[in-house]
Amino acid sequence: MKEKTLILEPGRADKEYWRDLWRYRELFFVLAWRDISARYKQTVVGVLWAVLQPVLTMIVMTLVFSKLAGLPSEGAAPYAIMVYAAMLPWQFFANSLSASGNSLVGNARLISKIYFPRLVIPTASVITAFIDFLIAFVILLALMGIYNFWPSWRLLTLPVFTCIAFLAAIGPGLLLASLNVKYRDFRYVIPFIVQFGLYISPVGFSTSIVREKLGEALFMIYALNPMVGVIDGFRWAILGAEATVYWPGLAISLAAISLFLWLGITRFRRTEKTFADVI
Amino acid sequence: MSDTIIRAEGLGKAYRISHEVAPSHDRFSEMITDRARRLFGASKNTDPTVEKFWALRGVSFDIREGEVVGIIGRNGAGKSTLLKILSRITEPTEGRAEIRGRVASLLEVGTGFHPELTGRENIFLNGAILGMSRTEIRRKFDDIVSFADVEKFLDTPVKRYSSGMHARLAFAVASFVEPEILIVDEVLAVGDAEFQKRCLGRMSDIADSGRTVIFVSHNLNTVSQLCTNGILIQNGQIVAKDNINNCIKAYISSGERPGGGDVYEPHAVHLQTKSRIVFAEVSSKEELSRNHFPIGASITFKIKVRVGRGEGSLRLGIAITSRDGLRITTLFSNNDENTLGYFAQGDELAFTCGIGGASLAAGQYYIKLSLDEVTQKMPIDVIENALSFSVSTPSIEPFPKIQGAGLLHFQQNWRVTKIK
Repeated sequence: MKEKTLILEPGRADKEYWRDLWRYRELFFVLAWRDISARYKQTVVGVLWAVLQPVLTMIVMTLVFSKLAGLPSEGAAPYAIMVYAAMLPWQFFANSLSASGNSLVGNARLISKIYFPRLVIPTASVITAFIDFLIAFVILLALMGIYNFWPSWRLLTLPVFTCIAFLAAIGPGLLLASLNVKYRDFRYVIPFIVQFGLYISPVGFSTSIVREKLGEALFMIYALNPMVGVIDGFRWAILGAEATVYWPGLAISLAAISLFLWLGITRFRRTEKTFADVI
Repeated sequence: MSDTIIRAEGLGKAYRISHEVAPSHDRFSEMITDRARRLFGASKNTDPTVEKFWALRGVSFDIREGEVVGIIGRNGAGKSTLLKILSRITEPTEGRAEIRGRVASLLEVGTGFHPELTGRENIFLNGAILGMSRTEIRRKFDDIVSFADVEKFLDTPVKRYSSGMHARLAFAVASFVEPEILIVDEVLAVGDAEFQKRCLGRMSDIADSGRTVIFVSHNLNTVSQLCTNGILIQNGQIVAKDNINNCIKAYISSGERPGGGDVYEPHAVHLQTKSRIVFAEVSSKEELSRNHFPIGASITFKIKVRVGRGEGSLRLGIAITSRDGLRITTLFSNNDENTLGYFAQGDELAFTCGIGGASLAAGQYYIKLSLDEVTQKMPIDVIENALSFSVSTPSIEPFPKIQGAGLLHFQQNWRVTKIK
């Protein structure tokens, strides 16, 4: 019945950290479930909100970039669907980033009173964003029906790109979360990143336009924005043969995602033990 | 069976404290300017505003399996820090501890309760947070509900619960966690007397079941009832480890309490982010000796409070209890509108309350202090037995001390006339 001895020492690298994380998986689900049910209880329009936000943004962007600016779509795909295919991962990214970035401060009492691997909190907080993503995805299917636009087999690869979008959000999310514990003014940084990111990411227009205008070399710098690769991937999967992916760009984005992920996890792990002291 | 289940060797925990009015390093921008300042001359180590404070140092002890240990000491002596280290919430700065077995810690009742969720949902949520598996919670669900006495309100969001119901449900969930080692901090400081009695019963059941329990409370009565052994901590160090009654004796004879004075170890108060009662004193112009007043004396309480983060509107409660635990009255600071206002973090407030009019009968009286944020329901700080004082008939009176006079003393005008 007795478990093995636990040793508490300063600076002791928890060799069993990841196993511990697995042992606390039930807490992960409970926290995720708490966030979801609390959210949909508080706001009557919870589901509606998850739908309205991307749809309205999509309509505005389609009007501005297609009708006013006269930009071309990817191949023959309807402009609205092209924009929506980018809105999906963008909303998921933005919501995940703000949820995970603010999650530790939002659970301050829990952190100062109970032990568990702290990584549980920011990762569980992303689940709400994922549910919103699923709801928004249903709208995509409806949109495809309206435009009579049929997806190809590539749609089946969407989970892979969703995973990449998750990783793209959780890396900076962990970084911001741990900084937020110590320096509270980072909570003002998060909405800024989200707002600014929407302008510089290829949500309202296609990446091929950007590549044309910037040239290959500059585009590689543009692709350092992790969302460039993710959005390209989403369009490739959703728009089927109409979309093309610029693979070197995707590779750069993936590299940037990995870098942020590494930065986020190491910073988080390094500061995790002091959360209870400074929060 | 006397297996050592917890062994601590030279445990220490240091915090960095800054001596400025507001904690400075909370802002990233300030960190940048700080770094810049250092870059241009000011060296790192001579920063006079930051100092290392050892909340706990050189703490070593063994706890055997099945032992029920009470940890006592003044606020800020390091009790909570020790519990936080043992429950893995924070890491020690030096030393090491070995723990054999699963630990569950109840450092607060109702941690993680979500106001929007129903009672039923919160049982599962809180249970999982305290380390219970879902099947375990399901098995104990009915027991938890009947102990908390909330059957009718299971599907009501807990934000509609009264604070008593809230506390009952929270304690019920927590008390059904069954680890090998249970660490409990001050959970009995909530709820009404009836419920506290039930909690106490539940706690002694747990203690009797052979589990190892580490218990911290300001209520020395509770500690002596529940625990067999004690650890007395002062200024971050263990000064006694003995059976509980000896520890309590040592504690009472060591400090000014329950006579009054600093309630907090003066240094440690800087570490607190919440508002804290830091000083308490009772006095009277007519006092016979320290904390000893004649009947009818007007008594003055002086309580100092340090304001914490985001707690601008505070109410202080002073409860006077008789020796047998009967609440005589509670004085609230907002009964007088002048004492209510908005304050910033780091402010120190002095509450002074003079009482007169009615007078207490001869006897021993105990003071419980509580501090509420006016907008919140739960108290921020509670100190049981913060002070005590005695009231007696002045020795100059022609009659010997009157026993069994009750609780109140009235001015009396007797006249005896012969009518027949």
